[in-house]
Amino acid sequence: MLDLEIRDLEVAVDQIWEVARGFGLDPYPTNFEIVPAPVMYEVGSYALPGRYSHWTFGKAYQRMKTMYDFGLSKIYEVVINTNPAYGFLLETNSPVQNKMVIAHVLGHVDFFKNNTYFSKTNRRMVESVSTHAQRMMEYEFKYGRKNVERFLDAVLAIEEHIDPYFFIKREISAAEEKRRAEHQHKDGPYDDLWLLDKNERETRELNRGDQANENERPVRERLPEKDLLFYLMKNSPTLAAWQRDAVAMVHDEMEYFVPQMQTKIMNEGWASIWHARIMRELDLNDNEHIEFANLHSGVVSPHKGQLNPYYLGYKIYEDIERRWNNPSIEEQKDFGRRGNEGVAKIFEVRELENDVSFLRNYLTEELCEELDLFVFELVEEEEWTITEKRWEKVRDQLVSNMTNFGFPYLEVVDGDYNGNRELYLKHRYEGTELDMRYARKALEHVHTLWGRPVHLETIVDEESTVMHYNGDEHGED
Amino acid sequence: MTIQRNDWSLQRKGIIDQERHKDRVKEAIRKNLGSIVSNEAIILSDGKRTVKVPIKALDEYKFRFNSQKGKHVGQGDGKTRVGDVIGREGRPGSGGGPGGGTPGQEAGVDYYEAEVNIDEIAALIFEDLQLPYLQEKAKKAVQSRKTQFNEIRRTGVIANLDKRRMILENIRRNAREGNARFGDIKKEDLRFKTWEEVMRYESNAVVIAMIDVSGSMGEFKKYIARSFYFWMVRFLRTKYDNVDIVFISHHTEAKEVTEEQFFTQGESGGTVVSSAYQLALDIIKQRYRPEDWNIYPFHFSDGDNYYSDNEEAVKLADELIKICNLFGYGEIGEEGSSSYRRSSGALLSIFSDRLQNKEHFVGVRIDDKEDVYPALKEFFGRRGVETP
Repeated sequence: MLDLEIRDLEVAVDQIWEVARGFGLDPYPTNFEIVPAPVMYEVGSYALPGRYSHWTFGKAYQRMKTMYDFGLSKIYEVVINTNPAYGFLLETNSPVQNKMVIAHVLGHVDFFKNNTYFSKTNRRMVESVSTHAQRMMEYEFKYGRKNVERFLDAVLAIEEHIDPYFFIKREISAAEEKRRAEHQHKDGPYDDLWLLDKNERETRELNRGDQANENERPVRERLPEKDLLFYLMKNSPTLAAWQRDAVAMVHDEMEYFVPQMQTKIMNEGWASIWHARIMRELDLNDNEHIEFANLHSGVVSPHKGQLNPYYLGYKIYEDIERRWNNPSIEEQKDFGRRGNEGVAKIFEVRELENDVSFLRNYLTEELCEELDLFVFELVEEEEWTITEKRWEKVRDQLVSNMTNFGFPYLEVVDGDYNGNRELYLKHRYEGTELDMRYARKALEHVHTLWGRPVHLETIVDEESTVMHYNGDEHGED
Repeated sequence: MTIQRNDWSLQRKGIIDQERHKDRVKEAIRKNLGSIVSNEAIILSDGKRTVKVPIKALDEYKFRFNSQKGKHVGQGDGKTRVGDVIGREGRPGSGGGPGGGTPGQEAGVDYYEAEVNIDEIAALIFEDLQLPYLQEKAKKAVQSRKTQFNEIRRTGVIANLDKRRMILENIRRNAREGNARFGDIKKEDLRFKTWEEVMRYESNAVVIAMIDVSGSMGEFKKYIARSFYFWMVRFLRTKYDNVDIVFISHHTEAKEVTEEQFFTQGESGGTVVSSAYQLALDIIKQRYRPEDWNIYPFHFSDGDNYYSDNEEAVKLADELIKICNLFGYGEIGEEGSSSYRRSSGALLSIFSDRLQNKEHFVGVRIDDKEDVYPALKEFFGRRGVETP
């Protein structure tokens, strides 16, 4: 890219920033980096620059880069949710592409800053992941690259199973409080007598060390626990200190990514709405305008057969704005909408909702019809067939597929199953079965982390099934 | 708000982790050699350098939904109706209905497909293989040659210039002159890699490959024999420069055939194993005197020999063993059948009962594609390197 073009772009960035602010967007200051394709794909495959090493990132990187090399797909933009934020621009982008990407990125950054699901997000995550990477490297050095890699394989197998509301301090139930109180001795003048009891002294000493002991019973609080990573980190009978630390690091990073997984449709829709509006305010000549129109329609166009989150989000925001600008008579009467509140309403929505609530609250019958949404499933193991078009069913199915960001909802129900420190997980079945082949393999990974027999209860063919793995063989009943 | 363009040329993380992934692929290949050895893509590769092979164990396993049993939401072009078929399982995207996309997100794609280089796989497979009981014979020697780059010299062919060492030498010389930098290359900085040809002399050897092409040898059985010989021929050609290979195919009669005929012909008829052994003995007598040659007959059959021929077959096999270094017999079962259910008349059990000289006889049973690799190892495993 020529220096001249960079100077032009610098002017454009300031202009776009002003236009965005004028529309009421409130992004963090954003630094843009112009990078060559391999760096773009690197940032894209790690999702954050400078993360720890693992072969799965290498696999993603290779896949993305190969697609690019063969001209099959191209990433125009990567944005990092930090303060200040980072936007990466591909070296080979045209000036118009770059302007559109800059506007799009500012839309994302505004969303990151203002959507409530991001309110607890660590905005210095790039620094955090690089200290993680540092520590992970030290562990590789100390305990062997293979060992760390194998261990991470196991952790990454369940990385999505964290509690997205982890930061909310959960209240301990009254019953639990009572139970704990019973276990605690009241302070009294003769407390030292307890220490004469050899067993009691040993238990107290054991409890003092933070290294878990194979014989130590887990503290049974707050079960069931949705946050598998956290539970295993805290209570696994076999993990070494470095392994707990590795789980904690992955947990940390997933906490950072979860809000993005929860708001994909909203976030992309929001950025698309604003890149379109901002670009319209810029002085583009005819050729540039045509190029932009082409790019824009490429981003927000329906993909046949599947759902394009950019398009779906874009359409819903537009629809909300229209309905709050020009409410029908009933809407005016029943909901007290005064009209001309469209912009204020979409800003409110971008602040308060996530994908699940966004779709549940704002995907309307008219939109479902206009977008021609449908539910399809495999009939007789052969044909993918449209089985439902009633809009409420379609909406509910979409919401259900988005729930828990598309992953099965698992929880720990017992960490001392059979009185033998075995781990009992339960899949909260909501109509879709697990991929059993994958579940068996994933259960092996859980066993690596727990170190003792593990069980998973789920439903297969409408019957309750418990899968077992004890380190050598799988069982099912 | 800034626009920056930094120098990213030292950024290597993606590439480093890509290497880690490649390591994993290699490791997975090593573990899955059993299934790769008999993979159609390789056996039928027809001279291609790289092939795609499905590899288990490289997936990133997670708890996920069974997409085939789930309901998905899609988008059409405005005219979809309940009951429209938008795709077919196994052939995604081939549906003729409106919006015929690719539903089911990777439904059915279970294996990671790795692009592998056949030579690399061959190197892994051949690592531990050799001609067993090889002896030094009087006549012309079998050469086995290897090129090794093992020396650095100050003179040499410019194509073999060792640039790294040259730069080091250059910096070193400049440093001696008080200015440690790179530049101003002189002739004395140049370093060249040179090689040595390591010749190892092996004894001369002939392999007599026999295959049963009778009517009872179905597609699967022939395929198994073929994949075994594919690797065997490849192995012999890469490891030994001069190994003669004689190809014999037989049903009730045996005849010597070309390599191409051996791998492609299909025939029918009954099975008279002794005919092949007799022909092998004749060829040995005419062309490969045991005093001069190491002789390795291998025979693949389904063991469904004419009952009346068994006596003769055992007798001739014994004769072969007497003059051969190793006689290998592979019996191929029905696809998927377990080794317990071998038919009573099968040759393998007759051989193991009645052969007089079993020391240099190896018999294996192959019921499954995955058995080919163990069979290779059985036949060509490290075994008594005798020196007379």
